[in-house]
Amino acid sequence: MAAEFQTPEFREYPAVPNALINDATAHLSPFIAKPNHQEPLGFPGELVENWEEKAVEKMGDLLTKYRGLRVYLDSCVKCGSCTDKCHYYQGTSDPKNMPVARQDLLRSVYRRYFTFAGKYFPKLVGARDMTREVLDEWYSYFHQCSQCRRCSVFCPYGIDTAEISMAAREIMDSIGHGQKYCNEILGKVQTVGNNLGLPGPALKATMAEFAEEIEDDTGLPVEIPIDKKGADVLLITPSADFFAEPHIDGLMGYAKVFHEAGVNWTLSSHAAEAANFSMFIGSYSNMKKVAERIRDAALELGVKQIIVGECGHAWRVAYSFWNTLTGVGAGADPSDEYALKLQKQLDPNVPQPMHICEFTYDLIQKGKLRFDKSANDHRTVTFHDSCNVARASRMGDWAGGQFDIPREVIKACCNNYVDMDPDTIKEKTYCCGGGGGLLTDDLMEIRVKGALPRMEALKDVVDHRGVNTLAAICAICKAQFAKVLPYYNFPMHMLVSTHQLVGESLVLTGSNQEKALQPKQEEPAKEDEAQAKAEE
Amino acid sequence: MATMNVAGRELEVDEEGYLIDLSQWDRAAGEELAKSENVEMTDSHWEVIDFLREYYEEYQIAPAVRVLTKAIGKKLGPEKGNSKYLYELFPYGPAKQACKIAGLPKPTGCI
Repeated sequence: MAAEFQTPEFREYPAVPNALINDATAHLSPFIAKPNHQEPLGFPGELVENWEEKAVEKMGDLLTKYRGLRVYLDSCVKCGSCTDKCHYYQGTSDPKNMPVARQDLLRSVYRRYFTFAGKYFPKLVGARDMTREVLDEWYSYFHQCSQCRRCSVFCPYGIDTAEISMAAREIMDSIGHGQKYCNEILGKVQTVGNNLGLPGPALKATMAEFAEEIEDDTGLPVEIPIDKKGADVLLITPSADFFAEPHIDGLMGYAKVFHEAGVNWTLSSHAAEAANFSMFIGSYSNMKKVAERIRDAALELGVKQIIVGECGHAWRVAYSFWNTLTGVGAGADPSDEYALKLQKQLDPNVPQPMHICEFTYDLIQKGKLRFDKSANDHRTVTFHDSCNVARASRMGDWAGGQFDIPREVIKACCNNYVDMDPDTIKEKTYCCGGGGGLLTDDLMEIRVKGALPRMEALKDVVDHRGVNTLAAICAICKAQFAKVLPYYNFPMHMLVSTHQLVGESLVLTGSNQEKALQPKQEEPAKEDEAQAKAEE
Repeated sequence: MATMNVAGRELEVDEEGYLIDLSQWDRAAGEELAKSENVEMTDSHWEVIDFLREYYEEYQIAPAVRVLTKAIGKKLGPEKGNSKYLYELFPYGPAKQACKIAGLPKPTGCI
């Protein structure tokens, strides 16, 4: 159970800036990783002896590796544009949750050790020594950032707080001060193949249950294949799709789409995970290791295409980094023989990787999917743009495709669709409150408080536009909303997976649903005849 | 390491109160874990806990929520085979809260 705290009150909408409450969430700090979580990832088990020195050394290393980091640390002019843009700031009123203040936690140390003014006149430029107090503050407030990058949309210099937060976490990991949630999970994905620690036999048994459920519903043997050699498509999806609700209903939606499209697809038990939390902790080496499991599976199974399920940060990793990490997409290192091999194996005529929403959208465009939209008529749907999809990736081949495609998919299968306030969607979308490695019970307070702006925008369309369904395309968003909706007096079951809406209205050829629809389809024909007669 | 006292035995638990060594679990430990979650155990609760432990024994992981609801539905009737019923028994969520009481490791990931 989570510790006691007060759920924020809804503010007048649209909200005005909060009165500041100093150190309102200074007490929040996630569990620290134990040696058995740290060491398998290549990090020291616990805080190293000369950690102050090591932290500064690591910062220096990152500054030479990541040019952007130095630019972000140097270029802030304290204009204030970002201050009220962070959902955690809005939900907590803690000034250290203003993006600029969060950056300054690292910037102050950077100035002390890496700038002329900070070395000689630290007080004049707000430069600070690397001390225990600073480390504790970093640990607390860099785990109150979901790396959603909303602030960077409003920064005139494009300073990316996510990069700074990733760097801070990387430094902390390197001195033995990591976060349990992310690092324990990364250990599991690297040994078992997924975040859950779901072993192959359990995965197979679970998928057999889901296939049975689809068959009971549709009357069709819709397969969910695992480790099928010679399949054309490898689906890489978050393991929450195998375990949690409403994630599972999204997975069944994908299976129905593949079935109807006649695609020969498979999951992999070796790489049964799209999530790659290495991004949250800024660890390139771990990100590569996790991504390489997917390459291993793709090479082993001989697939021609890789499709990614509903997962926000995974799509950022897949879309933006898989090409150079593994060879999925163009741009592999010429010395990386496996990347080159995979590039040759994958079909160059389709996007590599492809998002499941792109796949479904294409089929809709080609008229290959039939929907009974009335199956979703009890719903008025709104869509939550996931931060990493919205601000760090793309779908389709046009600007804003990542906003249009999921909406078009939903509109193809639902009659009632409403967007939330334009200031809270698309590139200005609010984080669900649980992204960036914060989706853990020990951070429930910041998760609930950080959800405030999204919950307010939701309440607006619930109260005024009749919305009763919130659709998401990210495993983290779904798990987060399932937990926080009740805190704001919304029913948990208003949350759905986007492909759940697809799956529940898709009319599969030869299915029970198709048979049930047939009499209905004849009726308009009769009317036409009657009309034709009347016209005669 | 934190511990939990069960009838004179000191059992190790992690920072969130999950049992470290699941072989130390017995009904008395389950009762004690339920108390820490403010859950009053009834026969209906134990039916779920027993199923979780059996499933874990076979697969080394807790079942997906849907697998759990289906199994409960088959065993106890369709009116109980839904997540609403499970949430009534385990308000903080059947996956985590019921696992904790069953002495199983906490499920991790985006759940």
